[in-house]
Amino acid sequence: MNVLTMPVTVYVPRDSAARSVGADDVADALVTAAARHGRSIRVVRNGSRGMLWLEPLVEVATLDGRIGYGPVAASDVDGLVAAGMFDGAAHPQRLGVVDELPWLAAQNRVTFTRVGVTDPLSPDDYLRYGGLVGLVRALENSPADVVAEVTESGLRGRGGAGFPAGIKWKTVLDCADELKFVCCNADEGDSGTFADRMLMEGDPFLLIEGMTIAAYAVGATEGYIYIRSEYPDAVATMRAAIEIAYGRGWLGDNVLGSSLNFDLHVRVGGGAYICGEETSMLESLEGKRGMVRAKPPIPAIHGLFGKPTVVNNVLTLATVPTVLAHGAQAYQELGVERSRGTQVFQLGGNIKYGGIVETAFGITLGELVDGYGGGTRSGRPVRAVQVGGPLGAYLPRTKFDLPMDYEAFAAASAMVGHGGIVVFDETVDMAAQARFAMEFCAAESCGKCTPCRVGAVRGVEVIDRITSGEHRDENLALLEDLCDVMTEGSLCAMGGLTPMPVRSAIDNFPDDFLARQPIARTEGTT
Amino acid sequence: MSVALVRDIVSTYRGQRGALLPILHAVQETLGYVPPEAIPVLAEELNLSRADVHGVVSFYHDFRSAPAGRTTVRICRGEACQAVGAERLVSHVQETCGMSLGDTNADGSLTVEQVFCLGNCALGPAAQVNGRLRGRLDEARLSAILDEAVAQ
Repeated sequence: MNVLTMPVTVYVPRDSAARSVGADDVADALVTAAARHGRSIRVVRNGSRGMLWLEPLVEVATLDGRIGYGPVAASDVDGLVAAGMFDGAAHPQRLGVVDELPWLAAQNRVTFTRVGVTDPLSPDDYLRYGGLVGLVRALENSPADVVAEVTESGLRGRGGAGFPAGIKWKTVLDCADELKFVCCNADEGDSGTFADRMLMEGDPFLLIEGMTIAAYAVGATEGYIYIRSEYPDAVATMRAAIEIAYGRGWLGDNVLGSSLNFDLHVRVGGGAYICGEETSMLESLEGKRGMVRAKPPIPAIHGLFGKPTVVNNVLTLATVPTVLAHGAQAYQELGVERSRGTQVFQLGGNIKYGGIVETAFGITLGELVDGYGGGTRSGRPVRAVQVGGPLGAYLPRTKFDLPMDYEAFAAASAMVGHGGIVVFDETVDMAAQARFAMEFCAAESCGKCTPCRVGAVRGVEVIDRITSGEHRDENLALLEDLCDVMTEGSLCAMGGLTPMPVRSAIDNFPDDFLARQPIARTEGTT
Repeated sequence: MSVALVRDIVSTYRGQRGALLPILHAVQETLGYVPPEAIPVLAEELNLSRADVHGVVSFYHDFRSAPAGRTTVRICRGEACQAVGAERLVSHVQETCGMSLGDTNADGSLTVEQVFCLGNCALGPAAQVNGRLRGRLDEARLSAILDEAVAQ
């Protein structure tokens, strides 16, 4: 067979971030250009490798490995093809073998091992790259053994709270109810976080496998994935993957020929940030307003429709198959102190090399922001980074030696949260960011408890008085008091943690709270 | 609004647990909004009070009580997009279209809204145009999107 007639496999990501900067047009242009040059190509729409500044990243399969070109615009395609891209030829946009790029090679991709590598909706790819090994092993063991394995691995909830997954599962397992649920919290509303989205779009079968293992371990028969409506591509990919999984006998009655019956459904949120809070999510799944529930009772005992329910984040559930496949010990060996395994860090905001960095806990904030991230996209100095979403602390450069570790961050009045890191350059106005934290809380509070519902509105007003120089010291003291009330008196983390970005902004950037012109307000907001 | 249509949608989803949200999404997808007249129909079909249904509809930002423009542009105002100039885009919409976030223009061609995070935090500023994610926006690219919307 003539080498020129053999189809060349070309990868163009289908991830919505890649599509947001033209991946679909690039895929179309490649097909057209290949036809014009008489080349036969097979375009695979893979997930994203997570090197988002290189998107659209096109990869060409060669005997030397997958050669990357990026970022590619549709208008670049003709030139690239003429230069011999389909043979991996040299070009200014040629990056080399993608697996060997230092940014990627230095990581430890455990949960994200297949994302960007495979066709997300190919069950054969999934099996070829080690899929279902964890589920098969789980089904060979007793549910209690599976729970014990997850507990021993040290896996903690990746949604932000970091609660040990195995302990939660054991509580559900120990409930005698016939009807139990597994719910995946895919309401990834924190700005600066996108790992759940990329996992669902890039390796949906992994989440299905993780939820199926959870169902087996705790004795659940029904599962729900609650995905925010802002993620239509993730919704579509998960739904397609679930349908394929049913067809393969990976879901439904007698999963993989075992006695396990497990039905899995996707539910779409309604654009309410608070529904990322687990009890609010359960209310929403029940078809109600997403009002937070008081705990106890905990969802593990009294969860969805009052039944015992496992509620875990996407990344937690997507890590379970690896724990089962390679054993608790292998996972446990990664990480530091009580933060075991890897965390999927997400670098965003004003950052030069933004994307997914999966690595063991213990890496410092500075290594992520300056090392992987390469500083700001604007080229100005980094002034602040917000770690852990809108409710996380704003940290200055002096905190860059902090190791990414749940306890180390907590000790520094900050939180690792879901692993999102948002970078700001020196133009950032920290009083405006503090004000925004309160404004966001006011807009997104479920309204059930007073400290959150009213406190957030008062918080905006007090910050406005401070920055306009009105009784500055008294109002700073008042704000401090308000933050105390919100922290101690709120029903959930929304009101309870909103003071974290506010206080960290005041503590770390006090000069920004001196009197000046009023903060520009956006029309239509508070 | 066709009452029969709403009843049809309910019958499709009735078997699901906690069916109200899927039903509301389906109503909005079919009609473009959730008409206030649909609320008593839904309440009757699902054996809920009208207050319950209204409470759910009004709790979630997604559900509209009036139709949106033919193109909906949702500009992300999350922190990651703020760090790369999201507020400049918001001002740009105000200056060039005279529209505030939440507005629909007079000829019904365009609705602009705010959204907090579209999960495109490394490629901001981001926006969603009729459900389609867009990244690396600046004033010129946003203008192109808005102009195209207004022309349709």
